[in-house]
Amino acid sequence: MSRVGSYFSPLGQAMDAVSDGYKRQHPAVKALILVLVALFFYGLPLLRPPLITTNEIDFGGVMFQVAAFALVALGLNIVIGYAGLLDLGYVGFYATGAYTTGVLTSQHGSWPFFLALPVAIAVTMVTGVILGAPTLRVRGDYLAIVTLGFGEIIRICVKNIEWLGASAGIKDIPHPNTIGPAAEPPFKPGGLFEIPRLEWDGLVPHLDKEHSVHFLVFGATNAIPYYWLILTALVLVLLGDRLVKNSRVGRAWEATREDEDAAELMGVPTFKFKLMAFALGAAIGGLSGSFYASGQGGYISPDSFPLLLSMLFVAAVIVGGSGNRWGAIAGGALVAYLPERFREFADFRLLFFGLALTVLAVWRPEGLLPPRRTRRAKAAAAEIEALEEGELDEQLEEEPRNV
Amino acid sequence: MSEYSPYDASSAKALLEVDHVTLRFGGLTALDDVSFTINEGEILGLIGPNGAGKTTCFNVMTGVYRPTSGEARFDGTSLTKLKKHKITQLGLARTFQNIRLFKSMTVLENVMVGTDAHSKVGFWDALLRTPRHRRTEAASLARAKELLDMVGIKARHDELASNLSYGDQRRLEIARAMGTNPKLLCLDEPAAGFNPAEKVKLMELIRKVRDAGYTVLLIEHDMRLVMGVTDRIVVLEFGQKIAEGAPAEIRDNPAVIAAYLGVDEDAS
Repeated sequence: MSRVGSYFSPLGQAMDAVSDGYKRQHPAVKALILVLVALFFYGLPLLRPPLITTNEIDFGGVMFQVAAFALVALGLNIVIGYAGLLDLGYVGFYATGAYTTGVLTSQHGSWPFFLALPVAIAVTMVTGVILGAPTLRVRGDYLAIVTLGFGEIIRICVKNIEWLGASAGIKDIPHPNTIGPAAEPPFKPGGLFEIPRLEWDGLVPHLDKEHSVHFLVFGATNAIPYYWLILTALVLVLLGDRLVKNSRVGRAWEATREDEDAAELMGVPTFKFKLMAFALGAAIGGLSGSFYASGQGGYISPDSFPLLLSMLFVAAVIVGGSGNRWGAIAGGALVAYLPERFREFADFRLLFFGLALTVLAVWRPEGLLPPRRTRRAKAAAAEIEALEEGELDEQLEEEPRNV
Repeated sequence: MSEYSPYDASSAKALLEVDHVTLRFGGLTALDDVSFTINEGEILGLIGPNGAGKTTCFNVMTGVYRPTSGEARFDGTSLTKLKKHKITQLGLARTFQNIRLFKSMTVLENVMVGTDAHSKVGFWDALLRTPRHRRTEAASLARAKELLDMVGIKARHDELASNLSYGDQRRLEIARAMGTNPKLLCLDEPAAGFNPAEKVKLMELIRKVRDAGYTVLLIEHDMRLVMGVTDRIVVLEFGQKIAEGAPAEIRDNPAVIAAYLGVDEDAS
């Protein structure tokens, strides 16, 4: 391990300890912890804890983006982490979901968001199958190249197709329907009830009723309801991910990742399962893209889906710990959050973001929250290394006697 | 020498027929018109010097290679056009000469991949936790534990496969292959790298496997092991079958002796 690594390692051990401690708990305790964590995250944009809150930019908006990235990373984790397929064009699916929503609700139709959402997911899933069916026959590096191309093809196509708004993009994508009485600005804010947020004066919190959230008004003024919506989607996807992973399907994915030929010879229809992973990942990407399109701004254009975004998605999964759903969420959240947090550094914020990712890669190459298998393999390797060093020391001690 | 043999050749039914199989890689003929059958309930040894085409023969049977001419039939079904996982589902399972476990999965999970071979559980079953999912999962788990117990590594079921000792990894490969519930189990040099004590244990295990109702095809180098455990032996050399028969016959066959020990130019 490098020197930087050993400098940070107590922190890493602490994280592993927390993770192990959680795993040892009784299921009921686990469920309680999860509910509390979920409540905390639902409340986060209202609690606005100091240090975490971004003061330069609307915190609710940042949290929406954080959740959107976490959702994308969760989907990509199925493809990269479980099935071992390196997909470098994931932004293509994100864009497909966003554009399907845009077309149905604004450009060529006026569907309500919640009707367009399942269609967007289905369209993206079909796109995943169409892309996957021919390309999943190639492996490793080749798959990475093909998917890389796919991400760009989508962006360039959209830029040149007038029907999809070309480079002007699609604007006025409607927000999801408000639940409760509609808002009638400037007199009635709408919603069922309002929730005040906290404002911190140093370390002293007080209620801020000026900026309360109206439940559940999706509009341009406040991003927090969107955040709650996408967080709910994240929780549902997380539950589904857990059910599917802890089954024959999850084992088939892992076996395929580990040794495709051996898996095939053990009766696993590997192509079918790879395609399934690809389609599921695509669907989740489309889901997130759909939320993005109908988010606060209600505007998408080809420039919203650069190749860089694909790289960030992959970085999120790797930094978080490929193969662990919690790791992917943490990675996605971090990758979205850090650039916003560093906004006060203005022009240097991307530099700081890059440095932070580099430090992470050196400090924990296996990711923030690696899957159990990675940690166990690492522990075993360390054990063997220690044994070998021990033998070497013994030999060195014996040597002077021989002379 | 096979003093213990419930197998009776006269009433045997052919389970696998290798029918005039030829396999060429460019100018190299790896298998040249090879024919033999494996009968239900026997332990057939496939032996030959290095490079004789034993593993290639396995690969043709399990669908890794497609024969240039001829075909392999399993239970009367031609294997030539079947996908690899379909061949496994028909009831033909194998282990690998160079161990190929799913390294970062646990021992139990490795075997469960095998026991899932006939599972129809898909995405929706898993997501909705259907009765079918619960039923197959429970059956899979029980069978996997049973197999680990049989090969003697049950205590290490929660270990990562890569952390097992070499011998235990070989045992795990056998358990994983048996998990697919095969009629024919093909073992590719299961004793490679074993010491004599481990080989004896392995022989016991192979007999136990046969007694549990499996037919076994065994590729092996170690003559003592092959002679001690098989009912019949097929000998390959340079891709051709040079002999076939009971262990005692094979041991005295001049062609086999020549293949293994070389031929004195003057004598021949």
